[in-house]
Amino acid sequence: MKTSPFNTIYWLVKREFWEHRGGFFWAPVITGGIFLLLNIMGIITAEVLGAQHANFGASGGLRQVISQMDAGDMSKVGMALDVAMYSAMALITVVLGFVVFFYCLGALYDDRRDRSVLFWKSLPISDTSTVLSKVICASVLAPVIAVVVGIIAGMLQLIIVALTLSFHGVNVWQLLMLAHPFRVMVNLVGYIPIYLLWALPAIGWLMLCSAGARSKPFLWAVALPVATGLLVTWFGIMGVFNLPASWFWGNVVQRGLLSVFPGSSVISNLKDSPVLLNSNAGDQDFGALNLFESYHLLATPTLWIGVIVGLALLAGAVWFRRWRDDS
Amino acid sequence: MSAVITASGLTKQYKNTRALDDTSFQIEAGRIVGLIGPNGAGKTTALKAILGLTDFSGQLNVLGFDPRKQRDKLMEQVCFIADVAVLPRWIKVSEAIDFVAHIHPRFDRKKCQAFLARTKLQSGQRVRQMSKGMIVQLHLALVMAIDARLLVLDEPTLGLDILYRKQFYQHLLEDYFDENKTIIVTTHQVEEVEHILTDLMFIRDGKIVLDADMDAVGERFIEVMVNADQADATRALNPLNERQVFGKSIFLFDGVSRAQLEALGEIRRPSVSDLFVATMKGTYE
Repeated sequence: MKTSPFNTIYWLVKREFWEHRGGFFWAPVITGGIFLLLNIMGIITAEVLGAQHANFGASGGLRQVISQMDAGDMSKVGMALDVAMYSAMALITVVLGFVVFFYCLGALYDDRRDRSVLFWKSLPISDTSTVLSKVICASVLAPVIAVVVGIIAGMLQLIIVALTLSFHGVNVWQLLMLAHPFRVMVNLVGYIPIYLLWALPAIGWLMLCSAGARSKPFLWAVALPVATGLLVTWFGIMGVFNLPASWFWGNVVQRGLLSVFPGSSVISNLKDSPVLLNSNAGDQDFGALNLFESYHLLATPTLWIGVIVGLALLAGAVWFRRWRDDS
Repeated sequence: MSAVITASGLTKQYKNTRALDDTSFQIEAGRIVGLIGPNGAGKTTALKAILGLTDFSGQLNVLGFDPRKQRDKLMEQVCFIADVAVLPRWIKVSEAIDFVAHIHPRFDRKKCQAFLARTKLQSGQRVRQMSKGMIVQLHLALVMAIDARLLVLDEPTLGLDILYRKQFYQHLLEDYFDENKTIIVTTHQVEEVEHILTDLMFIRDGKIVLDADMDAVGERFIEVMVNADQADATRALNPLNERQVFGKSIFLFDGVSRAQLEALGEIRRPSVSDLFVATMKGTYE
């Protein structure tokens, strides 16, 4: 059998997928399914209500409204349809955040608890490869699956909305031409590398706790930064560096715990550069979700300091994985 | 013969106990070594040191590698079954085979499948659906298909019924072991491994107190059963241990000449468990 390093990593990642199929695959699929179901139910409810109050939103009226729209209004409709596509992703994104958070916490702890670490350690795999494969799962595999599922759910959502409108005499194709499904897709896929880099400190911290804790990694992971944050706030320690305590909460506690939630970088990005908001205000394509704006993060030291800290934490996790002796 | 394991001055200090206390030993290729000791004597710590799972001080060479620094390389040549039921509960038989086949350069898939064909295991079955005995069968199938030079077994049959236990050692001997392989086994069920061992190591309080091959053990240790009238004379020869059976006394001697003992009564070869009990006297007191 060939066992090149690449091959080993591939099979390690595959193993993680086998073990966490539920979180990586079924969680986004079920979330997407529930989202679509709720939408269909909502649309049915609206149709029933609409039929009862025939004077509002009646078929003829809507067609008339659209026919009277000018170019600016049309772009608003396109944007609304894009929102429909993004909204499927939004829900899946929240689920993905939870999946990645708890995956990282358990990744290097669960097998120590059930002692199967002794089996994994009986194979010729370096601890660095093991940790690397788990980082790949958290930062690449899980988001890629979520984005693919999100795009499919988004497309379905778009079609459902368009079909519903077409029952009211609106031309489906004309409507779909107004949306920008490909731009939405590119934005979502393109966000993955940013997510990887942005989430690294949190992934590193959670995995360090996972590899190091003798028990209750969750408590370590959450209590330690929060308790430190409280101390910093009470004693005004950040004052030494001429920074408010909120700086610590924002840049240490939040980055260390919550940056596994996709979109947390967008929020931070907005906070740091309000100009972005203005420059795109009223524009048709969502400033904040635009890839260009996301990649703006690459120019900020916040991101790269986080990456370096994340890598250091992961090195610590590898060390613990190698030497933690509690079997 | 070349040494598979050479240890000298091996010491491992836990917080308040010394699990290995300046221990030195050597294990040759092609041997089946029983590492026997009471609970907490340092058996598992010794095995963990050999496998590079724990840090220690002293010198240790396993197949030419330092287990602390070259663990990944070492594990290509070493297999171990630590305790029972350490296979991950979520894994399927087919997944376990696929994974090991692609990760381990010395794994022979055909061999593994041939072995599994003789069991009731199904390829879609998950470990969590198996009994303890079946889990060990799967683990053994994976390990036996790996052409390793050293196999370390730490209580491999703990909690199994007698059928599985017999089968385990039988497969190991018939289908796995050869002169290029070395097996180290720790167990409390001494009677079961006694007949397959080539070497015996007793460990107590982190020290090796007996290290001999089975032939030497047979020559060194002799049990003699004497009548009550001879008991005092026998006691004068300074036996390791004495016990009473049916009004007769059985004495265990270390290094007393066979002829001398034959004059006193019926002599026989002591079982490893009798030897163990005699050697470990007072461990828990």
